[in-house]
Amino acid sequence: MRQIAIYGKGGIGKSTTTQNTVAALAEMGKKVMIVGCDPKADSTRLILNVKAQTTVMDLARERGTVEDLELNEVLYEGFGGIRCAESGGPEPGVGCAGRGVITAINFLEEQGSYTPDLDYVFYDVLGDVVCGGFAMPIRENKAQEIYIVCSGEMMAMYAANNIAKGILKYATSGSVRLAGLICNSRNTDKEYELIDELAKRLGTQMIHFIPRDNEVQRAELRRMTVIQYNDKHQQADEYRALAKKINENKKLVIPTPLTMDELEELLMEYGILEDETAAAKLG
Amino acid sequence: MVKKDGVLAEKASDEMVEEVLSVYPEKARKLRSKHIVVKEEGSTCAIKSNIKCVPGLMTARGCAYAGAKGVVWGPLRDMIHISHGPVGCGYYSWGGRRNLTSGKLGVETFSLMQFTSDFTEADIVYGGDKKLAKLLREAKELFPTVKGFSICSECPVGLIGDDIESVAKNMNKELELPIVPVRCEGFRGISQSLGHHIANDAVRDWLLGKAERNDVGPYDVSLIGDYNIGGDAWASKKILEEMGLNVRNVWTGDGTTEGMMAAHQVKLNLIHCYRSMNYICRHMEETYGIPWLEFNFFGPTKIKESIRKIAAQFDETIQEKAEAVIKKYEPIMQKVIDQYRPRLEGKKVMLYVGGLRPRHTIGAYEDLGMEVIGTGYEFAHKDDYERTFPEVKDGTLIYDDATEHELDEFVNRLRPDLVGSGVKEKYVFEKMGIPFRQMHSWDYSGPYHGFDGFPIFARDMDMAVNSPARALTKAPWKTVKEVR
Repeated sequence: MRQIAIYGKGGIGKSTTTQNTVAALAEMGKKVMIVGCDPKADSTRLILNVKAQTTVMDLARERGTVEDLELNEVLYEGFGGIRCAESGGPEPGVGCAGRGVITAINFLEEQGSYTPDLDYVFYDVLGDVVCGGFAMPIRENKAQEIYIVCSGEMMAMYAANNIAKGILKYATSGSVRLAGLICNSRNTDKEYELIDELAKRLGTQMIHFIPRDNEVQRAELRRMTVIQYNDKHQQADEYRALAKKINENKKLVIPTPLTMDELEELLMEYGILEDETAAAKLG
Repeated sequence: MVKKDGVLAEKASDEMVEEVLSVYPEKARKLRSKHIVVKEEGSTCAIKSNIKCVPGLMTARGCAYAGAKGVVWGPLRDMIHISHGPVGCGYYSWGGRRNLTSGKLGVETFSLMQFTSDFTEADIVYGGDKKLAKLLREAKELFPTVKGFSICSECPVGLIGDDIESVAKNMNKELELPIVPVRCEGFRGISQSLGHHIANDAVRDWLLGKAERNDVGPYDVSLIGDYNIGGDAWASKKILEEMGLNVRNVWTGDGTTEGMMAAHQVKLNLIHCYRSMNYICRHMEETYGIPWLEFNFFGPTKIKESIRKIAAQFDETIQEKAEAVIKKYEPIMQKVIDQYRPRLEGKKVMLYVGGLRPRHTIGAYEDLGMEVIGTGYEFAHKDDYERTFPEVKDGTLIYDDATEHELDEFVNRLRPDLVGSGVKEKYVFEKMGIPFRQMHSWDYSGPYHGFDGFPIFARDMDMAVNSPARALTKAPWKTVKEVR
């Protein structure tokens, strides 16, 4: 069983990319489980074709304690036999969402949802790893492979580099490794070259470049992945290609995060960021 | 000097301290050496205090929650004090402090009850604000005579960032009662001392000055920093009242919410435990111009001194009454001394208590002819040690935030006739064969304050030091030998 965690800046398309890729893996005959680690609970809707799944924490809140839940109440099967669970959690601004992730994952483990017939477990994690709870999926005995979803936008690259720092911390004490960057294109300048270079600097690879296509949005509005909605579409092939690459990926590394200066130099090199001194002279 | 049990007693010295500390790693030894001094002739207070404990060394300190809920708020009798968070902090701070109250339980006093929001997993994840509001509503329904609530935060409440202040404000309107949020999460600060400060600030912000009384008089005083351990505050109050003063409220032993709200109208604040309540006294001085005075009601010598000091703040009527009080009790106290002093004369005492008693009880021991040869505080600050140095003789060992190892070693080497400390220390020293009295809870006895307290204090110390039980106990291996 390979356990994979997907991280990346908020709104970059982690959930969409994860679900489309997982759908492609299921198409290949792989047995997959998705664990949504985000109180928004939108990590499984395209697989289950529903608005929102019953989450572990919401049901635990209703019943009083997590011990009162049965696994089949929170673990559903969707497209291609993909098993889906969502941790759930509070609305923004109250409580502790991180603790919710920890509780939910512990529950899924204790209840035996990690069956040996699974080929993959995917953790779709909240954008910003703000506290220990959101690092839960990469702690001991969980995800060993991390993919970071990013784009050519500056803030997405900053976030990717920060996540790499987090991975470095856990890599030295455990077996978690960075497996690659997934570029979810925003059609920015020199995007392919820039992310390819960033990946190299981080000691990893840009495993796939997903071009922007509105078919993804059309499928999403119908609560489906592209694979399910229009399996003949070229975008479906992009996710199939990514799924195949992940399935064959052997390049797992301890990342080498950049300093802020190095990151800015990289952006200047590709003309994204102006040299401050040069800009000052012009001004 | 050879003791009767054959154990050689040392004298406190820098060399002895060095030897005791020599087992530590170098860094810890260096840090700890600044917290222990032997008072020398003319030496000034040069001791480090109020610094975080050294990891790995066992300290007796508590946390901010212990200081705020357990010490300052807990004894206030007509309020319900909520331990907000998981059940453990509330359970283990329930009724252990022996702060007595008057009134009918569940009607006029809630002191013996324990209220907690009993956080579980879901409360952490989703936040506990709604549960808190529900709890307040239910408690008011169950106990309609309650005069207010304090919400004492435990660690998780601070970690998840619950907004207990807004719950307090909203529920204050709904229930029409003072509701005080106390941000005393245990991880804040380095000892219970910060908890006292936080609790004082909460009183200042949410209670003080919120009510006015019409019957203000020239002899109105507040008795501050007396928590009525074993009835202490009642003994202190009795003296003040016999002096003609009007004790409007006790902070907080057997205290009332109303009294605290109108406490800005008194003429003088009399502070017993300086460490835990000096903050509010300073605030009342700055804001309302109320002077404050430290006093000591342990043992007849200090009581007499304090009565005169307090009376000097008032007119002749009070001064005359004060002298009458002294005159009335002097023969009674002399009788106590005559009875116990011959039995206790020359006995040596070592103390290790919280923030006040390591210096305040010295006079009472001296009245009984006893000598304090070592003393120290768990959580005192520099100003406490400055007040301590003049009270002790040269050659006295002074230790701050003493660790288990240090205390064991010091006592074992100095072999005092009595150790006064807390429940954590009690059985260690009793097993060492040294008489012991708990000086936090008065060992289920008390009061020790005032003229009422001194005879009990004297009896208890005599009971500990001269108990015949000690001569009757033998080590089991010795008994076995005799049987053979």
